[in-house]
Amino acid sequence: MRALNLTERIRMAKKSSRPWYLIPYYLWIVLFVIAPIVLIVYFSFQDLSGGFTFSNYADFFSSTYLRLTLSSFWYAFLITLISILIAYPTAYWLTKTKHKQLWLLLIIIPSWINLLLKAYAFIGIFGLYGPANQLIQFFGASPLQILFTDFSFVFVAVYIFIPFMVLPIFNSLDKINPALIDASRDLGASQWMTFRRVIFPLALNGVKSGVQVVFIPALSLFVITRLIAGNKVITLGTAIEQQFLVTQNWGMGSTIAVFLMLFMIIIVLLTGPKEKGGALNGKAK
Amino acid sequence: MAKLSKSAKIYLAFVFFILYAPIFYLIFYSFNSGGTMSGFEDFTWEHYAAVFNDTRLLIIVLNTVIVALLSALISTTIGVLGAIGITFLRNRKMRSAVLSLNTVLIVSPDVIIGASFLILFTMLGVKLGFASVLVSHIAFSIPIVVIMVLPKLQEMSSTLIDAATDLGASQRDILTRVIIPYIKPGIFAGFFLALTYSLDDFAVTFFVTGNGFATLSVEIYSMARAGITLTINALSALIFVVTLGLVLGYYFFNQRSAASAGTGGTRL
Amino acid sequence: MKDLVKASIAIIAISAVLFYAVHLLETSSATSGSGSISVYNWGEYIDPELVTRFEEETGIQVVYETFDSNESMMTKIEQGGTSYDVAMPSEYAIERMKENDLLLPIDQNKIPNLENIDPYFLDLPFDPGNEYSIPYFWGTVGIAFNPSLLEGQTFEQWDDLWDPTLEQEVILVDSAREVIGMGLNSLGYSLNSTDLGELREATDKLKILGPNVKAIIGDEIVEMMRREEAAVAVTWSGQAADMMWINEDIDYVVPVEGSNLWFDNMVIPSTAGNVDGAHEFINFMLDPEVAAQNADYVGYSTPNEEALALMDPEVTEDERFYPTEEMRDRLEVYENLGLEMLGVYNELFLEFKMDMEK
Repeated sequence: MRALNLTERIRMAKKSSRPWYLIPYYLWIVLFVIAPIVLIVYFSFQDLSGGFTFSNYADFFSSTYLRLTLSSFWYAFLITLISILIAYPTAYWLTKTKHKQLWLLLIIIPSWINLLLKAYAFIGIFGLYGPANQLIQFFGASPLQILFTDFSFVFVAVYIFIPFMVLPIFNSLDKINPALIDASRDLGASQWMTFRRVIFPLALNGVKSGVQVVFIPALSLFVITRLIAGNKVITLGTAIEQQFLVTQNWGMGSTIAVFLMLFMIIIVLLTGPKEKGGALNGKAK
Repeated sequence: MAKLSKSAKIYLAFVFFILYAPIFYLIFYSFNSGGTMSGFEDFTWEHYAAVFNDTRLLIIVLNTVIVALLSALISTTIGVLGAIGITFLRNRKMRSAVLSLNTVLIVSPDVIIGASFLILFTMLGVKLGFASVLVSHIAFSIPIVVIMVLPKLQEMSSTLIDAATDLGASQRDILTRVIIPYIKPGIFAGFFLALTYSLDDFAVTFFVTGNGFATLSVEIYSMARAGITLTINALSALIFVVTLGLVLGYYFFNQRSAASAGTGGTRL
Repeated sequence: MKDLVKASIAIIAISAVLFYAVHLLETSSATSGSGSISVYNWGEYIDPELVTRFEEETGIQVVYETFDSNESMMTKIEQGGTSYDVAMPSEYAIERMKENDLLLPIDQNKIPNLENIDPYFLDLPFDPGNEYSIPYFWGTVGIAFNPSLLEGQTFEQWDDLWDPTLEQEVILVDSAREVIGMGLNSLGYSLNSTDLGELREATDKLKILGPNVKAIIGDEIVEMMRREEAAVAVTWSGQAADMMWINEDIDYVVPVEGSNLWFDNMVIPSTAGNVDGAHEFINFMLDPEVAAQNADYVGYSTPNEEALALMDPEVTEDERFYPTEEMRDRLEVYENLGLEMLGVYNELFLEFKMDMEK
């Protein structure tokens, strides 16, 4: 019987010894994941004077926060979708370049320059007298108000998230066994067919991790809502920041955070890797 | 390998152009004698001179780099071991529970992470400064490393490990000779992303830093009140050029040694 | 595996070298002398030359750090783990810090330069007898505008902002008390109002302003106005001064209905480690010559009477930035309304922002 899977094999090899190397990782989970979650849930039941209350949750369901949640979701959805649309072809063609690892690094490098600085650069670029409007004028149109619109917000947000979307998609595309593609070609599939039936399903996991690292952070963007959107777009992140840093109402801030975590769990469940099947990605099956 | 079509090349060129446009915009104005990021007056090096005369700024830059390098290294180590551990967890429910916990920090807003870490450090009586910043950076980088390494591990075929076991390899050998070399691309990706998160972060650092210790992004964030001086532009230009040089240098050096050793590429 | 180990060793080695470099830089910049103090201030709110001068004169090294809002500063001090010796909060924050025992009393015997301060700025309701705080700068909230972009239009009162010709022209400062306060003032109510009916009325009036609002931002206002990206801004006096320095077309007015008068003071947080050094620093900043140079650099109004005499009369006689006492009497100082009320203000402000969206 050779039906033993990887896990069992390793287990046997180790004679089910305790994996010592997990200790620091578990320690990290307890200290920096579980403890903060407990703290936040605890704070979410506190009112301003530190007493126990459900009022924060009641407040969350007031019209302001529900509207805020809806509009946050809408923008996060747009940002994620556009990021995928731009990042997917980028990642796909990058895997076909000669120095693909180098090109990938070059995609990441812009995110090493401080975000705030890039935001300031965008303020200049999108300004009434900036290069973007000079280009528009060059084509004969009159200058537009680009800065402080929802367009500029989505543009800059997508700009920020592109590397984080390209990376996982690139990784999953890159590990597709070329033999599979050759086989598909040999069987007479067109390029489009090959893409749709072979490459796309196999790269789906990459897209899913991309969605995970883009969607929720997009819900909680907060610096560029002010700098680029002039507060005409407000996200849950802005609301949390305000509650923590301005109103000092940690209870309400934590409550919003609890909801954000709930949304996150939903997203992870929806996009999480299916055990077995998909995870092996058609390689060496 | 298929050649890139012309439209593909144009597309990639466009994406790269957009990605680098704000950076070149920053660099362009770092030579502006006008003092602001609008209305280019005359060419000048004065902002570059200012960078090297500002000891405080230089200390901040070095601190930023130290924190980024060390946090990326430590979080990569812990994260890789964690990812291997997760893959080998027998209990499926346990595995998805750990994975969900892993995702929490990636998707939590920085403000929450910062605030909760601050409370945590206070409760533990940790003095705020270099150590608290480093630990926080390690903490929020670990999950991203795990996420980058996990797919590689899942894709690894069991036959590889079977073969190694059959050949009498010990547990340690399997780890160091089979698994780690196989997932190396994932490790590098995780390391670089950890570096990216660390260099980019200001909200978490802002909360957990204390007397006399600042990173560049915190400094820039605080300076924003009165408008950012072009010294910062000049500094960013320098950082950009240096990183670009290092990355290119590293890549081609690696490329050459890999070619001579005959181990190019990640494919089997 | 081997190359991974090599890479790790390289990273550790690089970090060690950088550590050493930081150490060298720190020792080279340190003046030989006794002790150090750490100062926690707003960004760009002091002339750095003065910090150097203080270090040279006293031998006390200054570790200078900045914050971006009263609230984040308080959070840092309240949570402990820091030991700032001097901080510069605004008046309402001082009240709250006092309530929470975050301040140490100031020994006025160690601050002889206190006599240089205009008595008007001493013994104010938020800190009777200046037990805990010493004036640093003061200013107002008003309207900065650029007539050259508005066909010569000028402003006198808050209501002028509601002019329908100003569509997409007005920038507001991103702060609940300032914006809601402006709504309250324009209706003739106090900007410390806690009457929910008045607050609701003010918010409803602000919503009508929505179409005129171009953006609600922070310190970027200065750049926006300088570059003529926007024509009108509701902002603090010092920011207006900064704009006018570069762009001479800009003017500033404190509306006739009334507005906010604010003070930033120097305090010694309860976590301070070098209380004597802190007193020395505060006293140094009150030196007429030092205060004058600082006011020149920062652009806000100095409460230091002796310093005013040393400054350019064109600046100190400018009633837009140094309003006369009777003008000041029209203005109101923020009272600490308590966290509950602050929450209401922020909720209304959030609502206003949401309605502006679309």
